[in-house]
Amino acid sequence: MSDITKQSLSELVENIKSKKLSSSEVTEAFVERSDKSKELNTYITEDYANALNKAKRFDEKPNLDLKLPGIPIAVKDLFCTRDLRTTAGSKILNNFVPTYESTVTQNIWNEGAILMGKLNCDEFAMGSSNETSFFGNVQNPIDNNLVPGGSSGGSSSAVAAQLTPITIGTDTGGSIRQPASFTGTVGLKPTYGSCSRYGIVAFASSLDQAGPMAQNVKDCALLQEVISTYDEKDSTSIDFKRNEYSKELTKDIKGKKIGIPKEYRVDGMPKEIEDLWKKGIEYAKDCGAEIKDISLPHTNYALPTYYIVAPAEASSNLARYDGVKYGFRADGENLIDMYEKTRSEGFGAEVQRRIMIGTYVLSSGYYDAYYLKAQKVRKLIKNDFDEAYKKVDAILTPSTPSSAFKIGEKTNDPVSMYLNDIFTVPVNLAGLPGISIPAGHDAKGYPLGLQIIGKAFDEQNILNIAYAMEEKINFKNNITDWWIK
Amino acid sequence: MSNNKSEYLINRHDNQYEVVIGLEVHAQVTSESKLFSTSATKFGAEPNTQVSLVDAAFPGMLPVINEYCVKQAIKTGIGLKAKINNRSVFDRKNYFYADLPQGYQISQFKDPIVGEGKVILDMPDGQKEVGIERLHLEQDAGKSIHDLDPKNTFVDLNRSGVALMEIVSKPDLRSPDEVNAYIKKLRSIMRYLGTCDGNMQEGSLRADVNVSVRKKGSKDLGTRCEIKNVNSIKFMQMAIEYEANRQVDLIEDGQTIDQETRLFDTKKNETRSMRSKEDAHDYRYFPDPDLLPLEVSDDFIEKLKSEIPELPDEKKKRFIEKFKLSPYEANILVSDIETSNYFENVIKKSDVKLATNWIIGELFAALNEKNLEITESPISAGNLSKLINLIKDGTISGKIAKTVFEQMMKGDKDPKKIVEEKGLKQESDPKALEALIDKVIDDNRDKATEYKAGKVKLFGFFVGQVMKVSGGKANPQLVNEILKKKL
Repeated sequence: MSDITKQSLSELVENIKSKKLSSSEVTEAFVERSDKSKELNTYITEDYANALNKAKRFDEKPNLDLKLPGIPIAVKDLFCTRDLRTTAGSKILNNFVPTYESTVTQNIWNEGAILMGKLNCDEFAMGSSNETSFFGNVQNPIDNNLVPGGSSGGSSSAVAAQLTPITIGTDTGGSIRQPASFTGTVGLKPTYGSCSRYGIVAFASSLDQAGPMAQNVKDCALLQEVISTYDEKDSTSIDFKRNEYSKELTKDIKGKKIGIPKEYRVDGMPKEIEDLWKKGIEYAKDCGAEIKDISLPHTNYALPTYYIVAPAEASSNLARYDGVKYGFRADGENLIDMYEKTRSEGFGAEVQRRIMIGTYVLSSGYYDAYYLKAQKVRKLIKNDFDEAYKKVDAILTPSTPSSAFKIGEKTNDPVSMYLNDIFTVPVNLAGLPGISIPAGHDAKGYPLGLQIIGKAFDEQNILNIAYAMEEKINFKNNITDWWIK
Repeated sequence: MSNNKSEYLINRHDNQYEVVIGLEVHAQVTSESKLFSTSATKFGAEPNTQVSLVDAAFPGMLPVINEYCVKQAIKTGIGLKAKINNRSVFDRKNYFYADLPQGYQISQFKDPIVGEGKVILDMPDGQKEVGIERLHLEQDAGKSIHDLDPKNTFVDLNRSGVALMEIVSKPDLRSPDEVNAYIKKLRSIMRYLGTCDGNMQEGSLRADVNVSVRKKGSKDLGTRCEIKNVNSIKFMQMAIEYEANRQVDLIEDGQTIDQETRLFDTKKNETRSMRSKEDAHDYRYFPDPDLLPLEVSDDFIEKLKSEIPELPDEKKKRFIEKFKLSPYEANILVSDIETSNYFENVIKKSDVKLATNWIIGELFAALNEKNLEITESPISAGNLSKLINLIKDGTISGKIAKTVFEQMMKGDKDPKKIVEEKGLKQESDPKALEALIDKVIDDNRDKATEYKAGKVKLFGFFVGQVMKVSGGKANPQLVNEILKKKL
């Protein structure tokens, strides 16, 4: 039984469908391994007993036509789950238990999956290392004292450590792709409007997207197929024809034109990243793709634009956490005093920093210079991609400018922390789909990822390219279970 | 220079001041559900029983626009002869308050759904046009209740998220009377359209009043003060009067007026400073990223146009042209949709002139006395119509009709039945009348002789006598005719 958790999602589904494994056996295996892995601090809230019960009930009357039959899954704690505490990694929601379910998680349960618990993340998804969580750091299973990336750090760590066969994260500026890259896993940020935002604790509404995180491209495609639905409860959800991504997955990408944007060769980029990128280009060629040099001239402005737009929206989105209706409340002399104490004590430093930035850039007198200007630049960044896609079908870049770093290494340097998202942020600003796949290791043996960016609604195409390249790259994650004593 | 009798000026020493007023009216959209959620909007429900997760701003909840409210706003825009914008944008107005669960109000700032329009007022000395600057949709906040507990404030979120239309006028109003006429006209139009019930007691209609003063003849606008959230026409008028005089006194005193937000204290009948311009909130408006810009096609607007009922101005014109009513009469009858419906029901089967007089005269007086609305009238339109027909066909006289009307006010009864039961039918049989008249002439031989000798004034005496003898039931016209012959 010990090798159950080593199986991919696709294998587990196959084994449950062919009755070689029961949901209970699978769930027990992942619960047991999760339980032995507390050292990683991946879970904020465990729901093992319920999961085991649900698995038992599934086995009593198994519906094997479902896409995720009796598969246990732990999810990022940004998704509201009915009757199970949802914290967004924040003290201010420490005691919050939703009476409702997010559309994305509901889609997963509808396909037969079982909730195991809620995974750690940066507070309100604001961070690139999971160090802003009120519930503490998460360990990267790759090495002791290494960050798992962020904000979906609990999710990336849990998938890499095989505590859950797959998971979902959210990606506002790279929060799925960067942690996937840091942990040697696959993470897809879908097109904006592909997955419903209903029931996901909002960070920056115009950028937030939920997406799948998995051990391989095929699992990722299957989960994307499950979570992506049109939802009338989200006004920004888009009603387009969605593929059955896993069924239509193909390694035949002959003749696909893949663009290499010269602006992504940033100053001070480590040689190993440069080399990885070159290797990626060769892999793509081996798969039959045609490589073209392209230009995305406004790339340099993406990060500053992001750090205006995202905090602006966040400052407003987080106004509802005021101690009045739910969540943490500090006592105060009067209403204003209560607000100040609740929000000072309830929010961590990074969240407060972004609320301050956001409040500032929206202030009268500064709005035009910052927010409005940023929206204009955002449009230019989108135009860059539109231009590029007249010539190519997809774009290949590194996922991150470095491999995973040590816990505490960048906590006192927010700007260097923000630079982590330099390759992922433009994709969110343009609302495009992007996937990170593991493509190699650095000198320390830490994983490095490549990012494939697609046209809007063209998830199938980048999944296919990723699928083809995955085979050529033949990446093996080197995980020693060092945390299990 | 106009020399309108109704011109409203404030005199101080040798100076005459004109008052310039603009209104921001908040009108609750008539709709079963809220602007961005499916919760009910019924007035007077138990606190916090009409609140969805969206209204209470739970994490991850998202607004979804209620198409019906959009239609209502567009219809109102059409009623205000305004430009309907094909594209409008919802913005967030950010501020903290306990009864504002999201920490922002979703409103429309730069791009409202309705642009410039106008409202025509019928003032005693003629018509006046008031410009509409814009109309936009926004959410209402909840209600803070401070008087239930000595230490705590309670919050009722039933109103949170209810759809409001903010209708902003141009600074075209010049007197409390014009404000009165403007609010009534606005309310009338919206009630015709069914887009706002205009109920000020329930808070469905309230206004922020912008007041400034300037020397008569000046074209420059003075510094204005905004009086927040006034919820009755009477209070608006009182507030304007107080505020205009306060500003004039300051100017006369050589002081300047501070642009500020003020509150009207209805008990003390005065306005008080709430916050100065410097303390004004910075609402940090920005487009709500949870909502796409609102796009409405020309076809959509045209279809709504085709659903618009006849509005007061058009109805007035028709009443004057078709029924030969005076502008005064037409104004009264169209001012309220219920009154005009009543009137049109009465005249379906009876004489217009009589109907007009009876409604404006007897009926209004009687309803006023009992403090009833036309919808609560004890006399239905059908029965009033029957009464008028009884007069018209000579069954009863106008005088008898008043007696019947009084009976009808006590409970809606068929006037024919009242006439029959009480024997009030008019005597129109010439033979019976002749007998009556002969008797009266016989009894007053001397007067008849005087009349014949040329004292024609006595004719009235004879008519009176005949009516008296008949118990008021004799047909006056026939009495006249027969008397003339007999005398």
